[in-house]
Amino acid sequence: MTTRTVELELATPGLDAQGQPTRVPLAASDLGGEHLLLNMGPQHPATHGVLRLVVELDGETVVRCIPHVGYLHSGFEKLGEYRHYNQIVPLTDRTDYLSPMSNNVGMALAAEKLMGIEITPRCTVLRVIACEMSRIISHMVWLGTTSIDLGAFTPFLWAFQERERIYNLQEMWTGARLTTSLTRVGGLMADIPDAFVAGLRKFTDTFPNTLAEIDRVLTRNAVWAGRTQGVGVMTPAEAINYSLSGPMLRASGVAYDVRRDKPYLGYETYDFEVPVGEHGDVYDRYLVRLEECHQSNRILQQALARLPDGPINVDDPRVILPPKSRAMSDMEAMIFHFKQVMEGVKAPVGEAYVGIENPKGELGNYFVSDGSAKPVRWRIRPPSFINLSALPKMAQGHLLSDLVAINASVDIVMGEVDR
Amino acid sequence: MIPGALREEVARDGETIVFVAPDRLLEVMTWLKETPGQEFDYLVDVTAVEFRDRERPLQVVYFLRSLARRADLRVKVELDAAGGTELAVDSVWGLWHGADWLEREVYDMFGITFRGHPDLRRILMWETYAEGFPLRKDFPLRGRFSRAEQVRQALNANPEAHYSLDELSIADAWGDLPDDMRERLKRGERGKLPE
Repeated sequence: MTTRTVELELATPGLDAQGQPTRVPLAASDLGGEHLLLNMGPQHPATHGVLRLVVELDGETVVRCIPHVGYLHSGFEKLGEYRHYNQIVPLTDRTDYLSPMSNNVGMALAAEKLMGIEITPRCTVLRVIACEMSRIISHMVWLGTTSIDLGAFTPFLWAFQERERIYNLQEMWTGARLTTSLTRVGGLMADIPDAFVAGLRKFTDTFPNTLAEIDRVLTRNAVWAGRTQGVGVMTPAEAINYSLSGPMLRASGVAYDVRRDKPYLGYETYDFEVPVGEHGDVYDRYLVRLEECHQSNRILQQALARLPDGPINVDDPRVILPPKSRAMSDMEAMIFHFKQVMEGVKAPVGEAYVGIENPKGELGNYFVSDGSAKPVRWRIRPPSFINLSALPKMAQGHLLSDLVAINASVDIVMGEVDR
Repeated sequence: MIPGALREEVARDGETIVFVAPDRLLEVMTWLKETPGQEFDYLVDVTAVEFRDRERPLQVVYFLRSLARRADLRVKVELDAAGGTELAVDSVWGLWHGADWLEREVYDMFGITFRGHPDLRRILMWETYAEGFPLRKDFPLRGRFSRAEQVRQALNANPEAHYSLDELSIADAWGDLPDDMRERLKRGERGKLPE
């Protein structure tokens, strides 16, 4: 008898004829043959964070896979109920920490929808730039870690080099690489610095070269194709039924992109394609994400070309803090400063939901307000949480080594799954 | 007007909110999903809202979307805990499998039971979590237990009591188990046993 701990888990595959949950213990003898129970994670490099998978194996075939989440639960939604709207922004950095800037944008858009604020043209374009930069770094991390999971080391280094270049730009803009806290309700924390546009233009000119190199190394690579094609297939109907979103949904052939189908930030005025897969397997998810990087690059170029001059914040002293010099010299500005810091920005009674196309899928921010400066409820619709819930379905019947590929293809980030 | 709807509202983001009685939820949801012209085939999110005003009922909120029509709809069910209504609604898992983890999260955070859910366990908090439901308004931000009590419970927890290899082949090894473990398993402290 070994002392290794595994779990006797009584998760269930569905309902019986009476509508009662069927409770089948793992490794039950009626499943036939000797089944092995394997505990994978929470400290395992291929689970992409503190995800724990209890896997029931028949030989090397996955009979059942039960994910356990919650190790990184931080209660962000509860914390949000005790904070002013602008104080919530730093919490959003820490949910999907691979694309902090687009989380900031999503939260600010929902708060602005609730308060009925129209942001300035320059702010709109800058937020588009922030979102697309985030998409590129998130997809680069995804590509690098997935290729490492499947045994390809080189694309990892290339991808992380590109990510580093975006991180430098991010740092130039916000002062932070990870905890950007870019947005404020009604505007941005800071305008872009002088060298930013030239730096980003240089990036968008050279980034497609790296994508082409990655494409050359992976797309027609026999090992890569063999490990990913036909693995973890979700049909279009299944993908819809399991509420998948983002690249996971589109790889299954369902062409729904929030940017195109429910546009925000003026995305309808940009020229970009929505790549769609046909087979819904890991390989198609790779192709979709790679193409999305090209499209994000195109959007970045268009945004840079049209970036208008003007203020980044709305002209509303109830929402935007006055400049420090005015707050110290002008009575009225000082009162507004005081009221905003002490009382916060009050939102009208009501609720608003804004979904944006985050790199992982549809990130929803849902605010319910009772008229005070703090939301009654702040809900994040976490795309990778919902995508991950389809993992048991996708992994069933595949080899254990394919489970690693499937899990990687979901593109989870545990900060967001557990929140 | 949707059959079975109590009333409709328009949210500040322009979406329609439909209020439904708890006992008619499943019927209305099935109608919304399967009626031509509605075709809400995609469940965006499930969550719940509790207001600071204790008089107001809890709301379970369903975000629906029709991918073909590119239309969204919000369905709400009000559960009046103060008025004695049981905090339970029917699960929509049978209509949208995406509801699986979403309903588990609502159960975990608000204590709302979803009847007919195949696997209603806690998801973000651990299974033996005893402090209640964190997103309820009567739950203090720092938790119910003091830090000392939380540490004491963590130190006293015996993970082996729940997760042990012995239990895995329990049907084969029943006779070989120590008495205390047999007693514990008979009491059904962890799952059901084969007779």
